[in-house]
Amino acid sequence: MPSPVSEKLLTAEDVSKLFSIRQGFSSHSFLAVDHASFALDPAKPEIFTIAGESGSGKTTLARMILGMEKPSGGALTYKGRSIADLKRSERRSWFFKEVQPVFQDPFAAFSPLKRIDHYLYETVFNYGIARKSGADSHINQVLTEVGLSLAEVKGRYPNELSGGQAQRVAIARALITRPSLIVADEPVSMLDASLRMSIVNMFRRLKDEQQVSILYITHDLATAYYCADRIAIMLRGWIVEMGPVDQVLGNPLHPYTQSLKEAIPQADPDKTWEEKPGLLALESDEFARLGCKFAGRCPHVMSICREKVPGNYQANGRTVKCFLYDEGAVGKDEVGRNMAGVKTPSAVTA
Amino acid sequence: MTNSLGVVRGEQAEPVATKPQSTTASHIVEVNGLKAYYMSKAFGVNRIVKAVDGINLAVQKGEVYGIAGESGCGKSTLLKVLLGAQQPPLTVVDGSVKYFFDGAQTAALSPTENSLREIRWREVSYIPQGSMHVLNPVRRIQDIFADFISAHASVSKAQTAKMTRQYLAGLGLPEKVLSSYPHQLSGGMRQRVTIALATILSPRLIFADEPTTALDVIVQRGVIQLLKDIQQTEGSTIVLITHDLGVHANLADRVGVLYAGKLVEEADTRTILKEPRHPYTQYLINSLPKLDERSERVSIPGRPPALDNPPNGCRFHPRCPFVMDKCRIHDPQLLPILPGHRVACHLVADHLAHNGGIPAEVSYAKPS
Repeated sequence: MPSPVSEKLLTAEDVSKLFSIRQGFSSHSFLAVDHASFALDPAKPEIFTIAGESGSGKTTLARMILGMEKPSGGALTYKGRSIADLKRSERRSWFFKEVQPVFQDPFAAFSPLKRIDHYLYETVFNYGIARKSGADSHINQVLTEVGLSLAEVKGRYPNELSGGQAQRVAIARALITRPSLIVADEPVSMLDASLRMSIVNMFRRLKDEQQVSILYITHDLATAYYCADRIAIMLRGWIVEMGPVDQVLGNPLHPYTQSLKEAIPQADPDKTWEEKPGLLALESDEFARLGCKFAGRCPHVMSICREKVPGNYQANGRTVKCFLYDEGAVGKDEVGRNMAGVKTPSAVTA
Repeated sequence: MTNSLGVVRGEQAEPVATKPQSTTASHIVEVNGLKAYYMSKAFGVNRIVKAVDGINLAVQKGEVYGIAGESGCGKSTLLKVLLGAQQPPLTVVDGSVKYFFDGAQTAALSPTENSLREIRWREVSYIPQGSMHVLNPVRRIQDIFADFISAHASVSKAQTAKMTRQYLAGLGLPEKVLSSYPHQLSGGMRQRVTIALATILSPRLIFADEPTTALDVIVQRGVIQLLKDIQQTEGSTIVLITHDLGVHANLADRVGVLYAGKLVEEADTRTILKEPRHPYTQYLINSLPKLDERSERVSIPGRPPALDNPPNGCRFHPRCPFVMDKCRIHDPQLLPILPGHRVACHLVADHLAHNGGIPAEVSYAKPS
């Protein structure tokens, strides 16, 4: 029975994950994911990117979506069902038919001692996709979709394939169950620049032709800009800016997104960096920060930033977690100026 | 310029022409006809992987020389040999690597280890890729520094500690780092510590193997800035290996593009990025995603050849859109087409020979 909730493919409502670290007898905890909320629409398949630096919580979020970790707070639902509350049998028979992962390092995902086609057959049989006779044609079908063929792959060990090919096999394996959602955690970061594009182009094609939604987790903003529809920028567990990718990366509003975009090295001698970057704070210090977690590095830091956690403000068709876009903190005129990229001295005084 | 063109017209120029011009004082590293193969013998089957196959290059004093190429094209092998750190099965078959410090010449491939031991870390240093595997996990950072310095310089303990603290402060690393264990630091911080470790004895020549590859953009930017600062204050020379042309654009002065164990193009960074002549370099640059456009980008068809059985002739010919008959038979020489710009491609060489000048535009070899 379709309820209003199940109209969404995947929803995250105030999802949080608390990790505690023990050092000797003392222990301290930090929020690896801090009240993250977003939703994917099944009617319109899209590539949704979660981007951020290492330690921003993107992989933890992916692990929670895959049911590998339980959220400490909030709710993650897939087609209206809470992922954390699925029964074991349901996870195997239903959830993983719908949601499939692709991991960062294809050579770590496949055992070097097993032939790579073994994984493809195993997935087919485990999920009862086809009988023995139909398995070959089904596997060949998914391999064709990623630009390979069964003849090329059959009987080969992972080390006989290039990184790009192995990653394609990993994606083909994920496609076997005809999932509605693929969670790809840094699928291209182990690959060469020239091979990256072939994988990213494939994601674009899969979305258009197979109607698969893809949750693309990456720190590579250039490929994210190239393939994604929407993007969420994460910083120390927060989603600081979320919206359509051409707007968020084309005209970033949050100071963190701005510095992130600025830091992408471009293969263009006319677009090299000019000013020196600010010094990086220690990761643990930023997690422990009381107010905005970017306050220590932010060029527009205000006194309120060090005291209070910013809310999620709507600006230019996206959500921004920054006081620069809060009318209560800086006044209506300033918000407009900030959005236009004009920062007056009064708005940036500490 | 006429000189270099004359060489080109002289049909399949002698290999001499492609070698770096005689030992000038400004060179710090010279590589001549270097061939390094992985030679293994298992069950009576000889397997030879030609990872570095006939490389000539010279690195000038004080510059950042970038080496670019896909994985599996021999970048790291080349660096190992440049460091004189080759070990079986990697064998140097032919050629030489020479360092020049204060006019004195050191052969990096000499059989005696002692001469190398003396210059390693003090003169020649190395920044490896995986910083996690370099730092001893059971020693605090300050102890790692102490171990390192005491092994290579005769300095008292107190002085070592002072030196370390000053150097790290100069690089902008927080003092907290010193008393931490490696696992307590983030990836970017560890990579900075590794760089600090490699440069604390002010070496004149630094080899960096993918120093930023595992890092995310903001951290990467900081690390690149750190390398730049060190290079500028110490006046050292850096040989930088990375497949990320964006990093080369920001750091390198000159770039050499490696393909399947051979140098296919070499020029200053601007020329490589703006006016690449070799079809492979053009592909490499055209395949990069850009932040200001979302038009479809083509990836290079096929994949790099396996180096135990490389294709005959030009090693790029199975993937090259402009392949000619002679590309399948003859291996193109690395020829100078402009001062400081060398290309190994029959197409470019023919164009030069027939038109008798420098091709004005790139479009003759633009991948469609």
